[in-house]
Amino acid sequence: MANYYNDIKEIKFELENSPLMERIVELKERSFEDKDKYDEAPQDFADAMDTYDKVLDIVGDITANVVAPNAEDVDAEGPHHENGRVRYASKTYENLEAMTQAGMNGMTMPRRYGGLNLPVTVYTAANEIVSTGDAGFENIWSLQDCIETLYCFGNEEQRQKYIPRVCKGETMSMDLTEPDAGSDLQSVMLKATFDEENNCWRLNGAKRFITNGDSDIHLVLARSEAGTRDGRGLSMFIYDKRDGGVDVRRIENKLGIHGSPTCELVYKNAKCELCGDRKLGLIKYVMSLMNGARLGIAAQSVGLSQAAYNEAIAYARDRKQFGKAIIEFPAVAEMISNIKARLDAGRALLYQTARYVDIYKALEDIARDRKLEPEERAELKQYSRLADAFTPLAKGMNSEYANQNGYDCIQVHGGSGFMLEYACQRIYRDARITSIYEGTTQLQTVAAIRYVTNGFYAQVIEDYEQLPFAPEYEGVMARIKAMAEKFNACTSSVKEAENQDLHDLCARHLYEMAADIIMCHLLLQNATKAPELFGKSLQVYVNLAEAEVWKHSALVARMTTESIENYKVS
Amino acid sequence: MSLKIVVLAKQVPDTRNVGPDAMTPEGTVNRSALPAIFNPEDLNALEQALRLKDQFPGTTVTVITMGPGRAAEVIREAMYRGADGGYLLTDRAFAGADTLATSYALATAIKHVQPDVDLIIGGRQAIDGDTAQVGPQVAEKLGLNQITYTEEILSLKDGKITVKRHIDGGVETVESALPCVLTVNGSAAPCRPRNVKRVMKFKRCLAPMELAPETTYADLPYASEYEKKPYLKLGQLTCADVNADLQQCGLAGSPTKVKNVENIVFKAKESKVLTGSDEDVNGLIQELLASHTIG
Repeated sequence: MANYYNDIKEIKFELENSPLMERIVELKERSFEDKDKYDEAPQDFADAMDTYDKVLDIVGDITANVVAPNAEDVDAEGPHHENGRVRYASKTYENLEAMTQAGMNGMTMPRRYGGLNLPVTVYTAANEIVSTGDAGFENIWSLQDCIETLYCFGNEEQRQKYIPRVCKGETMSMDLTEPDAGSDLQSVMLKATFDEENNCWRLNGAKRFITNGDSDIHLVLARSEAGTRDGRGLSMFIYDKRDGGVDVRRIENKLGIHGSPTCELVYKNAKCELCGDRKLGLIKYVMSLMNGARLGIAAQSVGLSQAAYNEAIAYARDRKQFGKAIIEFPAVAEMISNIKARLDAGRALLYQTARYVDIYKALEDIARDRKLEPEERAELKQYSRLADAFTPLAKGMNSEYANQNGYDCIQVHGGSGFMLEYACQRIYRDARITSIYEGTTQLQTVAAIRYVTNGFYAQVIEDYEQLPFAPEYEGVMARIKAMAEKFNACTSSVKEAENQDLHDLCARHLYEMAADIIMCHLLLQNATKAPELFGKSLQVYVNLAEAEVWKHSALVARMTTESIENYKVS
Repeated sequence: MSLKIVVLAKQVPDTRNVGPDAMTPEGTVNRSALPAIFNPEDLNALEQALRLKDQFPGTTVTVITMGPGRAAEVIREAMYRGADGGYLLTDRAFAGADTLATSYALATAIKHVQPDVDLIIGGRQAIDGDTAQVGPQVAEKLGLNQITYTEEILSLKDGKITVKRHIDGGVETVESALPCVLTVNGSAAPCRPRNVKRVMKFKRCLAPMELAPETTYADLPYASEYEKKPYLKLGQLTCADVNADLQQCGLAGSPTKVKNVENIVFKAKESKVLTGSDEDVNGLIQELLASHTIG
């Protein structure tokens, strides 16, 4: 029987082949302190890894046998807007029920609240797998990770009230965007006022583009400080649908991810609870929420790339023209090899990011219960920085790759791909949003660029150069090192110009160069351990990355204080 | 109200995904080439049992399977999905059983482990034998009512069960007093997935037959777990445990004798090409009438 985890050996490789995994499990399980308290808790590292394997085996099974077969119907039917509420496409309920019966909710939450206490890395794999089956459904299901923000910043009473509900399958949403506050969340105007009489907060106003907006539990960004106009006047609130007061005004008609309802919401004196401290809503909590969500989109994108690869190769093997399968034509085979190379490189970046996130999050969690030792504090700082630097790379690059892979997948299908009969058209449409929501690629660049200019990526690349690798890849390593030289030269020239417009214009190019080089290193490491899985992808990807780095380098070289005038439009 | 339910399940070779080496040259099933799976319709049966357990808290669902040590996988799989526990019915004396001897062994085991059973549920048939005889024979041997081809349990109250069953050209609704035996169709609701916490909890469950020769639970990895958590040791029953009559077990109790096995290769026969002309159409109608295919 098909299984979207067991059938894809690269995912298992990513889980099992990092030296960081042992540390992650040790921190996450806190030296296995739950083993005598919970029947389902692991006894040791090997037991934990076996558990993760079994979790993903179930996710892979449900995805292959429930979610993926339902995807076409869900896409065609879409959600319905009825009396101010959302009714999902009928088969979305089947998907949600299967996930709930399997217990795949609140996956990263501690066991004491009913969670599975899984590392982010394992949850990320689950996200990727589900997305390969249906990225629109993954969108709803993976909103469970909003609970992470409530866990981190809510009080104990709120944790006990909401986390067990999410672990039992209640859905979530994060209500941030408004008609005039998209990328610029500082402009959020939804009003939060304190109701003295009933001793609670009330929400009034509207939100727009809210994914799964009729969810059971909402995290809402609202203006609690009357008279303010910037991010410092915003706080985070929890709205419980059981209390009522929020209606869905309409559902958007979208290009892709049809299974996921995107809602316009109206808040009419809706009762809510403050989450965390006032005024920290945007500057602290949403930033944390966003980083989690961005990793989620990176996983969704990798899942879509895997789907694009699966569809492209299956069609190319099957379709015959000029008396042979089209996969035998180099022009077609090149497209598929490129899809696979981008998929493997992007996936390596995704899991490296997830592992960095895991270490810092687990240490942060330990710090809630006890003071960290000095070396733990240093470790927390190091991994928190790595996570912060890698998340925008993983999100931006993988979402752009998912789009390119979806495009190439249709191209492999030729005319049939343009017809709405094959899955490739849904993958192509679903991929389109990934480079837009949770921060466009342009905003990922903004988040990442300081790590270019302060030399952090350059340092990471230098560290990666020191790692041992298989001797047959000496030539590859030399080429990667040459790319790093180009990158460093470009960075210096942009910095030396001391021109903010030039800096902003070159940012995307520098960002991509850093990401390309980092992915080359990660694939080199993978190919060293498993040449049968990654050898070809490494060679193909290094060719692509080299060409990209050269291209960006040529562009940056032509961007001067004078020439940037040509890029100004009005 | 809580119920005592026994689910009969079988581990079978996956005959739905047959490769070129699925049969031996002698014409028997090459079990090593086919993965062993939970018989599909037994999963439909398990789902019906679990739905009753959801509806009536306190209900116990016990799985009984007959087979060699590795068949215990079926019990674990059922526990991952919600069953409370189970028994592996295993003994050399059971080997070579046809449907009659199998149903005798199962009926005897049910009397032993769950004499006050309310409901026995099994799949309609197993995909290796396709006889659909074991469920009905168990009912006969226990003197219970039976409802075959179950699609859905509509209600269960006042000691009576109402069931929608699949019949030729439609469905019918029937009622029976408890206890009784149901066999469930593959078109009934599919079984729920494995639950991750249950998998974590029960993944180390083992039946004694699964242990390597001359070893005990104390020799296994995580041995102390088996001391602390008795549920990790799966129930196992031999012929003697259930006081079965050896003459009715296994090969001795099986009147079915295989006389001969033939390999049949389907080949296309000569075909006839007809046009859409009135003459050809009339000719075909006459031919089909003459052979009583139509009319």
